[in-house]
Amino acid sequence: MSKTYYDPADQRKFGSITEWSEELGEKFFEYYNKVFEEGALSAREKSLIALAVAHVKQCPYCIDAYTKDGLQRGITKEEMMEAVHVGAAIESGATLVHGVQMMNKYNKLSM
Amino acid sequence: MPTQSLKRRNSDLANPIRQLEYLSGGIFADGELPTFRESLKKYDLGELKPGKLEILQINLGYMCNQVCEHCHVDAGPDRKEIMTRETMEQCLEVLRSTGAHTLDLTGGAPEMNPNFRWFVEEANRIGVQDLIVRSNLTIINANKKYYDLPDFFKENKVHVVSSMPHWTRGKTDKQRGEGVFDRSIQALKALNERGYGMPENDLKLDLVYNPAGAFLPANQQDMEKDFKKALLEDFGIHFNQLFAITNLPISRFLEYLIASENYEDYMYSLVEAFNPGAAARVMCTNTISIGWDGYLYDCDFNQMLDLKVKHPIKHISEYREDLLKDRDIIISQHCYGCTAGAGSSCQGTVA
Repeated sequence: MSKTYYDPADQRKFGSITEWSEELGEKFFEYYNKVFEEGALSAREKSLIALAVAHVKQCPYCIDAYTKDGLQRGITKEEMMEAVHVGAAIESGATLVHGVQMMNKYNKLSM
Repeated sequence: MPTQSLKRRNSDLANPIRQLEYLSGGIFADGELPTFRESLKKYDLGELKPGKLEILQINLGYMCNQVCEHCHVDAGPDRKEIMTRETMEQCLEVLRSTGAHTLDLTGGAPEMNPNFRWFVEEANRIGVQDLIVRSNLTIINANKKYYDLPDFFKENKVHVVSSMPHWTRGKTDKQRGEGVFDRSIQALKALNERGYGMPENDLKLDLVYNPAGAFLPANQQDMEKDFKKALLEDFGIHFNQLFAITNLPISRFLEYLIASENYEDYMYSLVEAFNPGAAARVMCTNTISIGWDGYLYDCDFNQMLDLKVKHPIKHISEYREDLLKDRDIIISQHCYGCTAGAGSSCQGTVA
């Protein structure tokens, strides 16, 4: 049987991290749940941000979780894909903006 | 999307015993997840018992003009089970004697029963407070003989409750069949024209949302806001309330969960969302479900699993509320569908 580092069933066990460090685990989940409550941003907007970040971080558990969360909230696939593009645009922008550093260095080193 | 019922396809899951075996096996048999009984016990809820009968829910037959992917009734055009007038008369007698305030007619497409209109008129004569017809909407324009249904509903002050999985064409048609969305919109407009769902009108038009896939419904109020906004802006359609209903893991929805390898994850979601507050208010405590052949069930889902009430009285012809209220409600793991999150019933959330 093939083994992989990621097992989809592990996502359900996320809460178990608290078992080996109760205080920190509980504090983390309290914070996590608070973050996703309705606030200045709606829970729906937060779900889409989480989906975009999940892709940028390439976290398979988070992608599964926030795709399902989006479906539950009635978020359409078009909205989800646009959110992924926002993440991708920031990622590629972050790469490309370093091109300025390359240009600066190139110019500095060149006569 | 299946074009035939499980029964017609001779599917293994057409047999309710097989479904119940599935719901009791695997992750529930090996203790990975608690059974529904264990969850009730954990919160000291013990046996579920019926309270005062408020709602008579009657299944007029399994025949339907649609074959929806998630259908827990396994309804479709190929289903021939249909309630006779004699059984309907027995139901009317129970309505008279119990004083249940709500009559909830369902199917299949209840309008396809040849005695449907007679039954509605008779029930109105008895004076039921709320007469619900669960209409799939497309029946209204399925055949010339149904075109006047909106007028019939209006004349009889029927409370129309209709399924509408999404406000977009793609999602609706995927779950309910090609063209269902456009025909539903057409039917909703016809109902609005008669005053249904319009502000300051007593004719009630409610919509039922159930997720088009292996996930739970979102907050009912939020969904209602989204549906109202989208249906009004895009189509000028009004309605009263939205009921968010969780898909229970039985029949064709169970088949879908197994085939798409979503069964375990879905059951985890239901169990994790178990809400004792919802469990205390499940619909089987105020409703009795009557099958097309007059047999009695704790709910529509138990009907489809062929779990007749746990009592010597099993048929509408011998109905006695005073005796039947002592029974225990039959439960299995499908009941988690009614207790997840804000709970789920044929009238939407319960907690």
